[in-house]
Amino acid sequence: MINRIPIDAVGIQERVTRICTRSIKRESKLQALDLALRMMDLTTLEGSDSDGKVRQLCNKALLPYTELPNIPSVAAVCVYPNRVALAKNILKNSSISVASVATAFPSGMSSLQIKLDDVEYAVSEGADEIDMVISRGAFLSGEYTKVYDEIAQIKQACGSAHLKVILETGELGSLENIRMASDLAMKAGADFIKTSTGKISPAASMPVVLVMLQAIRDNYNSTGVKVGMKPAGGIRSSKQAIQYLVMVKETLGIDWLNPSLFRFGASSLANDVLMQWVKEKTGRYQSLNYFSND
Amino acid sequence: MSEKKISDQTNPENRKSIPLDWSYAEALENTSHATFNKSYGLFINGSFTNYDENQSFESINPANGEAIYRCTEASESDVDSAVKAARAAFEGEWGNYSGTQRSHYLYRIARMLQERAREFAVLESMDGGKPIRESRDVDIPLAAAYFFYYAGWADKLAFAFPGKHPKPLGVCAQIIPWNFPLLMLAWKIAPALACGNTVVLKPAETTSLTALKFCELLKDIGLPNGVVNIITGAGSTGEYLVQHPDIDKIAFTGSTGVGKSIQRSIAKRQISATFELGGKGAYILFDDAALNEAVEGIVNAIFFNQGHVCCAGSRLLVQEGVADRVIDLLKKRMQHLIIGDPLDKNTDIGAVNSRTQLDTIQRYVDTGIKEGASCYECSGTLPNKGFYFPPTLLTGVSQSSTVVQEEIFGPVLTIQTFRTTEEAIEKANNTPYGLANGIWTDKGSKIFHVGTKLKSGVVWSNTYNKFDPTSPFGGYKESGKGREGGISGLHAYVKLENSGGM
Repeated sequence: MINRIPIDAVGIQERVTRICTRSIKRESKLQALDLALRMMDLTTLEGSDSDGKVRQLCNKALLPYTELPNIPSVAAVCVYPNRVALAKNILKNSSISVASVATAFPSGMSSLQIKLDDVEYAVSEGADEIDMVISRGAFLSGEYTKVYDEIAQIKQACGSAHLKVILETGELGSLENIRMASDLAMKAGADFIKTSTGKISPAASMPVVLVMLQAIRDNYNSTGVKVGMKPAGGIRSSKQAIQYLVMVKETLGIDWLNPSLFRFGASSLANDVLMQWVKEKTGRYQSLNYFSND
Repeated sequence: MSEKKISDQTNPENRKSIPLDWSYAEALENTSHATFNKSYGLFINGSFTNYDENQSFESINPANGEAIYRCTEASESDVDSAVKAARAAFEGEWGNYSGTQRSHYLYRIARMLQERAREFAVLESMDGGKPIRESRDVDIPLAAAYFFYYAGWADKLAFAFPGKHPKPLGVCAQIIPWNFPLLMLAWKIAPALACGNTVVLKPAETTSLTALKFCELLKDIGLPNGVVNIITGAGSTGEYLVQHPDIDKIAFTGSTGVGKSIQRSIAKRQISATFELGGKGAYILFDDAALNEAVEGIVNAIFFNQGHVCCAGSRLLVQEGVADRVIDLLKKRMQHLIIGDPLDKNTDIGAVNSRTQLDTIQRYVDTGIKEGASCYECSGTLPNKGFYFPPTLLTGVSQSSTVVQEEIFGPVLTIQTFRTTEEAIEKANNTPYGLANGIWTDKGSKIFHVGTKLKSGVVWSNTYNKFDPTSPFGGYKESGKGREGGISGLHAYVKLENSGGM
């Protein structure tokens, strides 16, 4: 069903190293910071998430930094299914989407029926986007058809909600497997492919994301369908975020440089982007104490 | 974009799909720390000779076509003084130094190059047109690495030649090209000094600057006078040097044409010589290779240093089944190559070294098209001043085409297809050159099968244009004679006393 495509890990790392030598200054840096903020999925996925926590996160998403009211808001807020209704309610008059993880997140170790119910519940609560996890166990034991069918059925259960498919690349073992899982997810109907749950280390890394971007490009060349990309976990600094944007630009082109096709799943990145933003605007670095820790 | 009103952002259609033309702002390397004189004499016997305007020529910054400094055209008597100084040093203090003492000087040179790396990188880019990304990340660090490596050998020569008595040759005449000025200087001077020789080196006339700055560095570290002499000038200076009766060794890197004429002129003399000449490397891409990485490899093989690389992979041989895909991927990748100011940190392709070379490249591409090739050039505008040539692909060429046969020495790749492994090997070897080739396949056994059948000094597998001081480098056939780098590189600078010559 899906071909195994050879990947040369040394070559991938070399390309990444070269991408990281791009020097992004002044107005192009400001553009990138603006973009990174607009592409952000502010995320809270803890067992301890309460209404209060989610409310604060949503407020931060609406107005990241009061001193600069013109600053753009983020793309989405990402929560567990039972917090979707609350988040949706707070964000209802904004353009910010509510994303929900589902399908027995983060392990995916449950029956297909329970996963489908999980998705339907999140959608009925108002989720605009569903972040599902693939069955890594099934994938690693070669049951590709099973993984494919699961994604396809969950896509149906999403209805009009966008589907992001989390490959959990840290558990897939090789770049070849990551490429194969990317191809499989796109073929099964993913709107986005996403690296990680954030619960497994390593999470997103540039070599992994490069392989996934190449898969997206090849898929676009053969089908004409533009699938989105979301690296998640491990991206903490603006500098890293900008390097990812360079990689997207030089692999997929500028069409992908917008929040409908690229997202950052991150929690601590926002404040660093804000700090760099303020620095570019004022010429001075502010203390992190001036930025809210939500 | 940053001035956008909140009301615009609340409209999802506005906010989510604004197409963004994100181009990188200028990121120029700081040049304030890199200073140089308006004119230079010759570096003979530890100091610069007086500069004479009447005996000088100008050096041009190829990025904008402006003259940046003048240097001296060494005459026959200048060459003679340089050789005499080298001879005196060889028979004097330097000749009596132990290996350990020589290694101290070489280590000092290496460390000073590292300390002043940014300065040398900027000068290399200003003088030769290569992008700062390459002079900063490749040329200068590698030059230092060669000095470190041969510094290590200086006191261990007995271990490099077990049972033999390695002795220095004497005065070495070294002539280097303009494509990697400081790096080629390091390839030549480091092993020569490690083995106890003295040197008269002539840099190429378009790129003398880093060699002249290197003389300042030699003064700073206190290298004894006359051990290294740098004479600038063009072909006639080189000829005086080669014809000088008191040299013991010639090391030449440059074009095959000049290499042949040097060999003719020394045929009657007892003189040891090594040559590193032209090339027409094949880049053999099998259908089972990791194609995305192979395409990146092609970019490194042919567009590195504007294609001014003797071992460049200038002939792509791609297996028929994947040819269309590879060409498509390559064209897409080429759209992201940034051509322009060599001092911009984001520049991938800098300026062609000289007007002459630019004309040569243009002439070859014209010939290729006349002989029936289709030409694809990188889109985008080139700077209107200076010497620039866009990365170019020539398809529809065959083994008999001029552009496949001859070395272009520019960012021009010819593309041919093959069907079987045997056909690829035959096409790769069907050239008067034999410097370097590359093999791209996911299959290890195929690398060994093909690699052992390729007639070239270097075979890279799943990579290209990788250099390391520990690895020998050199050519088969008309690509040269002798090896530089590694232990093999020492052979070129010693005579082994009880073995009856080399």
